[in-house]
Amino acid sequence: MTFSPEFEQRFTEMLTHYPSKRSVLVPTLLYAQDEVGYLSDEAITEIAQRLQLTELDVRNVISYYSMLTTKPRGKYNVQVCTNIACILRGADDLWEHCQKKFGLRHKQTTPDGQFSIEEVECIGACSWAPAMQVNYDFHENLTKDKFDTILDGYKKKA
Amino acid sequence: MADLVSHPDEIKVVSKRFGQGAADIDRYLALDGYKAAQKALPMTPDAIINEVKTSGLRGRGGAGFPTGMKWSFVPKDSPKQKYILCNGDESEPGTCKDRLILEHDPHSVIEGVMIAGLAVNAESGYIYIRGEYRYLSIIMQKAIKDAYARGFLGKNIFGSGKKFDVYWHGGAGAYEVGEESALMESLEGKRGIPRIKPPFPAVVGLWGSPTVINNVETLASAPHIILDGAQKFADYGTPKNGGVRLFCLSGHVNKPGVYELPLGYSLKKMIYEVGGGIPGGKKIKAVVPGGSSTPVLTADEIDIAMDFDGVAKAGSMLGSGGVVVIDESTCMVRFAQYIMKFYQHESCGWCIPCREGTDWLKKTLDRFHAGGGVKKDINNIQYLAENMMGRTFCPLGDAAAMPTISIVTKFRKEFEDHLEGRPCPYDPVGSVRLLPVLSH
Ligand SMILES: Cc1cc2nc3c(=O)[nH]c(=O)nc-3n(C[C@H](O)[C@H](O)[C@H](O)COP(=O)(O)O)c2cc1C
Ligand code: FES
Repeated sequence: MTFSPEFEQRFTEMLTHYPSKRSVLVPTLLYAQDEVGYLSDEAITEIAQRLQLTELDVRNVISYYSMLTTKPRGKYNVQVCTNIACILRGADDLWEHCQKKFGLRHKQTTPDGQFSIEEVECIGACSWAPAMQVNYDFHENLTKDKFDTILDGYKKKA
Repeated sequence: MADLVSHPDEIKVVSKRFGQGAADIDRYLALDGYKAAQKALPMTPDAIINEVKTSGLRGRGGAGFPTGMKWSFVPKDSPKQKYILCNGDESEPGTCKDRLILEHDPHSVIEGVMIAGLAVNAESGYIYIRGEYRYLSIIMQKAIKDAYARGFLGKNIFGSGKKFDVYWHGGAGAYEVGEESALMESLEGKRGIPRIKPPFPAVVGLWGSPTVINNVETLASAPHIILDGAQKFADYGTPKNGGVRLFCLSGHVNKPGVYELPLGYSLKKMIYEVGGGIPGGKKIKAVVPGGSSTPVLTADEIDIAMDFDGVAKAGSMLGSGGVVVIDESTCMVRFAQYIMKFYQHESCGWCIPCREGTDWLKKTLDRFHAGGGVKKDINNIQYLAENMMGRTFCPLGDAAAMPTISIVTKFRKEFEDHLEGRPCPYDPVGSVRLLPVLSH
């Protein structure tokens, strides 16, 4: 299993930051997932070996964190916040709109593997609600029209 | 990224470099950056701690614990390594301020971590940033690298012969990890399960060593206190509630945004003047004063001073500075339901009262809002929430229970309006979506 040179460089450097090897686990899993698309069996085996942990240990940690996934998902993961500040400004309509637009439900992926949608909790954009993240990019003060325009932009890139 | 706002009543201290390009180290230096750390270097730990005590600074992460006192709890004679841990997990619904600090002024956070380090004789600090904030993690990595390159961090900081290291760390999505001991578990590469207290982190924290954990904004306030004087900071606020803080105005206001206002500022003024009032000229139904875990205030309860003691007197908490305004057209049962959806999702599952309590409350509220409620549910919701209070392993249980109790007691009439199979009278459209959960 090979990761990118940037991944390796970061990994080597991070190991020097802590008195225990295991401490790099959570950020390393997320960076690995960003490269592979999800935490594949292979990636899990590799990371467990490098950190001298059991695979079970690693899987236990994965299952705790909401951003980590062992299932493939879309190249673009559309995450709509449906927490209170967003709900007060129309996030439920937006989420409904998002589901209809893609014909998908929570955590489902389009057949071509390009988009998946997810209902998420507060992403720290409450004063600019309603908000969403597509992968790591924030999109704020959304309306249905603005949502469509943004998604069309991603579709062109897809 | 996120838009910045301004209002004449603001006193910009922590936010004074917002929008000034201060993520760049040269720009930061030109704006008085790293002067406070150099001023603190020759000071004794006690002198630094006394300054912070004088400033009246209280934790901006939620509990409002006096920061100087927290720093003084670290045992001076311990032979162990000591650590500073900056809590940038920012996940309390309604809160979006640490994000702005990390984006616009990352060096002030590094400088704050250094000052805390000098105050407790620590030689390293970690800045934990939630996984969703990837762009901020990139900004922070660069800021740290630049500070090392200038000799502000490392083996010989500012040529003083003293050593101090700062590292960044990333999360991967979990509200519970914001709780201090769970954050330490997460940084150690484990599931974010809280630890039993005592011992407190000041004595046994990261890798078993004494650790000071503070919120991003708390630490970013420290350089201003050291450089501009503790008394000046204290005088902005009210007695025992020093300084200014970032308030995140959201929900039904005309001008939502993050405003830096003195502690003790009137909540009513904050909503009607700073926030520009309620859209459509509607009336206020309720206000969440300090993030989703704080008890809601009714429209009659908002004539209060926004400092820790003022909000406590009104039966709620200043919390994390997230002020969520709710107008008269909102269904409070539905609001309670969305709050509980969050806590049910985020409960780490470690202790039973929290895991089961949030789950049952969510199920009951879902059914109730869809019109499947019976009269005794109302008492049950209150009873369940009250029995979670103080009985969970960490305060997440309280965080779920407190807003629920406040809503079911202050807005009982709205619960009664949903009875006898009536779908939500305030939101007939929304409630239809919930119909599949009806179990009767
Ligand atoms: C469930 C839970 C979540 C929390 N989340 C955060 C958070 O996201 N950010 C934060 O600074 N403090 C959070 N806290 C508070 C921390 O435990 C801790 O009190 C705080 O970081 C201390 O810093 P302060 O004294 O500077 O406020 C949370 C507490 C609990 C119980
Ligand atoms: S509630 Fe949606 S970003 Fe905070």
